[in-house]
Amino acid sequence: MQALYAQLLVGLINGSFYALLSLGLAVIFGMLNIINFAHGALYMMGAFCAYFLLNFFGIGYWWALVIAPIAVGIFGMILERTLLKWLSGLDHLYGLLLTFGIALIVQGVFQNFFGSSGLPYQIPEELRGGMNLGFMFLPVYRGWVVVFSLVVCLATWFLIERTRLGAYLRAATENPALVRAFGINVPRMITLTYGLGVGLAALAGVLSAPINQVRPLMGADLIIVVFAVVVIGGMGSIMGSIITGFALGVVEGLTKYFYPEASNTVVFVLMVLVLLVKPTGLTGRAA
Amino acid sequence: MPDLIAAAPATTKAATGGQILSVRNLEAWYGESHILHGINFDVNPGEVVTLLGRNGAGKTTTLKSIMGMIGKRTGSVRFNSQEIIRASSDRIARQGVAFCPEERGIFASLDVRENLLLPPVVRAGGLTLDQIFDLFPNLKERLNSQGTKLSGGEQQMLAIARILRTGASFLMLDEPTEGLAPVIIQQIGHTIARLKKEGFTILLVEQNFRFAATVADRYYIVEHGKVIDGFANSELSASMDKLHTYLGV
Amino acid sequence: MTAMTDDTLAASPRAMRDEMIVFAIMALLLAAVPWTGIYPYFVMQALCFALLACAFNLLIGYGGLLSFGHAMFLGTAGYCTAHALKVWGLPPELGILVGTAGAAVLGVVTGYVSIRRQGIYFSMITLALSQLLYFIYLQAPFTHGEDGIQGIPQGYLFGVFNLANATTLYYVILVGFLCGFLLIVRTINSPFGEVLKSIRENEQRAISLGYKTDNYKLLAYILSGTLAGFAGALKVFVAQNASLTDVHWSMSGEIVLMTLVGGLGTVFGPVVGAFIIIAMQQYLASFGQWVTVIQGVIFVACVLTFRRGIVGEFANYFRLSL
Repeated sequence: MQALYAQLLVGLINGSFYALLSLGLAVIFGMLNIINFAHGALYMMGAFCAYFLLNFFGIGYWWALVIAPIAVGIFGMILERTLLKWLSGLDHLYGLLLTFGIALIVQGVFQNFFGSSGLPYQIPEELRGGMNLGFMFLPVYRGWVVVFSLVVCLATWFLIERTRLGAYLRAATENPALVRAFGINVPRMITLTYGLGVGLAALAGVLSAPINQVRPLMGADLIIVVFAVVVIGGMGSIMGSIITGFALGVVEGLTKYFYPEASNTVVFVLMVLVLLVKPTGLTGRAA
Repeated sequence: MPDLIAAAPATTKAATGGQILSVRNLEAWYGESHILHGINFDVNPGEVVTLLGRNGAGKTTTLKSIMGMIGKRTGSVRFNSQEIIRASSDRIARQGVAFCPEERGIFASLDVRENLLLPPVVRAGGLTLDQIFDLFPNLKERLNSQGTKLSGGEQQMLAIARILRTGASFLMLDEPTEGLAPVIIQQIGHTIARLKKEGFTILLVEQNFRFAATVADRYYIVEHGKVIDGFANSELSASMDKLHTYLGV
Repeated sequence: MTAMTDDTLAASPRAMRDEMIVFAIMALLLAAVPWTGIYPYFVMQALCFALLACAFNLLIGYGGLLSFGHAMFLGTAGYCTAHALKVWGLPPELGILVGTAGAAVLGVVTGYVSIRRQGIYFSMITLALSQLLYFIYLQAPFTHGEDGIQGIPQGYLFGVFNLANATTLYYVILVGFLCGFLLIVRTINSPFGEVLKSIRENEQRAISLGYKTDNYKLLAYILSGTLAGFAGALKVFVAQNASLTDVHWSMSGEIVLMTLVGGLGTVFGPVVGAFIIIAMQQYLASFGQWVTVIQGVIFVACVLTFRRGIVGEFANYFRLSL
């Protein structure tokens, strides 16, 4: 029974990353009409940023949670301004190809300097150890990851769905030309939105660093699962992305307990099933 | 080709030098299609000017070009003596130009309140929310509804209402009465008349000529991307034959 | 949706004449390779990838569907053929048949699932399906996981041609490539191909004209997958192994890259692109992971400034149909 709860926890943790990453992808896709293949590489950069901050500047985890998303977010905004903005008006697929190329470049550069093996990152002192909940033993850090991710996801949802700024974002997603004609600097909004999505990915990277090792390819296989998550959930709604992300993480965790051989593939199999039954995804807005 | 600047008498201010909008040789392209071949006209402060013409004549493209929403455009568009032909649409909006598109552009992912408050205040002098609710009382009741759940007439009211808050003094309305019931059209007519009294300048595009006649001070006829004629409201009855030919009504 | 390819010259007689001339030149040059000093295995590998890229191009260049999972056809056919040759002891021609058939079946199954969505979603789905297969192959015993299937016998094709002989093998691969290539050209210029192109240009219009566009797209997908499988089956004889790298998403990315560099939607583009990328990998092998970075840079450069690809730019400049 312990093992089941342990796997559920792992599932929730993975679900946290799926949610954070698919949220970022959805926000970017809504505004820029680009599927950001580089998302996995930017997640990895977040983790490496935390590693550098600690090992070269002595800056610890708590600061990294703030600095890394900002730093990688800025890097993302530079990418948007210099490369991605040339894509507007072109076929969507070029966005996929361009960001795929960016992912190759970023991952290749990191691989050259750090090889393929993982670098360690310590769980911060305050979050070490665990609590005995009776039905299971909960490592504090892992509980923190799930709770914090949930808070960030909900905060992002609130920002987008309930604030003035979010109203600008939603309107610009629907009709950017008209929003611009009201006097709003839409190109700047687009850049900032990309930065936000990237920042979320980098944040996930920092959260991930103490659990998974910091490796150049840590985002590469993850991004493909996130794509499947996004296809299942549909990119129509923010809340949909969040729920689907967490749910699929849990499903994966359960599969690992009951039928371990399928744990790598269950999300993809679910994707196939959803496609057969409801092609537009669970929160179904057509592409 | 009549000299439009001299022929069309101004209603409130002198025709020369005091124009709020002055368009000369405006040409515009949608991709490869050359839509506007040379638009020339003026709007004076406080006037209601209507662009009339058949479908596809280029009226909407003219408004969008003034608003900076058409990528490729040449010529001259002067707003309050500022040249805006090269400006981006957000800059133009911030100069005090507001646009209400033909399709109304109510955002489905925003509720009525968010739609209403979306266009930012760009200069002083815009209407307050209370004044807006005074003009459009039914909007006040529907604040929490999703934008597109409103009826066509209510959406048109909302589309006009939201640009009144911004402080823009020059409003461009593209076919505000299209597809609406006669009683709503009347309401819109009253609204435009009231806005004119408040000092707004309005450039109207209309196919519904009869409606335009109730509010407009001057008219220009657009055909094949050019302004081919213009006359004042006082010359209307004299121009009915011409209108029948131009508009095919 | 604005199409990715600029296929404005239809199958006019002059266009077909241009293509036939270039094809003849290409065939002759390739036939002469064993007499030059060029290492035949390099060219053989390039030919397999060239056919693979051509098959991929059929789908994107003419069908408007970007498959990011074509490696699954390469890998599946490779494993099937390898298994048929090594474990079942089948002769080469049947081994190739098994591999190609395996890819065809995969095409039908994955196509049925993928065609339901368009554009970006289609690409993401093909990528995810390919990853699904990767994990299945990783665990399936018959693939021997990370080791792959090694030491595959080459045998005698039709009992006559000794595939262990480099020159003989080369000509077999070349013939296979040319046949596959001709099949693709024939398809592009057929009525089926014309419908496909019109779907790519404006699917709504094709639907309103009465075409069941999903069926056409599915058929194009299956054809593309089958030919990719054929290339994969051939490759088994060249590499004498079948491994996980063939099914990995980075392989799919390379296929896309080859076609992009050569020219999406051109007939000869994928061939040129394949040769360039394979050559690049050979000569830059000592640079390790910088090859990945260079590939990424090429992707970025092609998308931003060089969208027509080498053959596309060449054809555009000389106003040819290539």
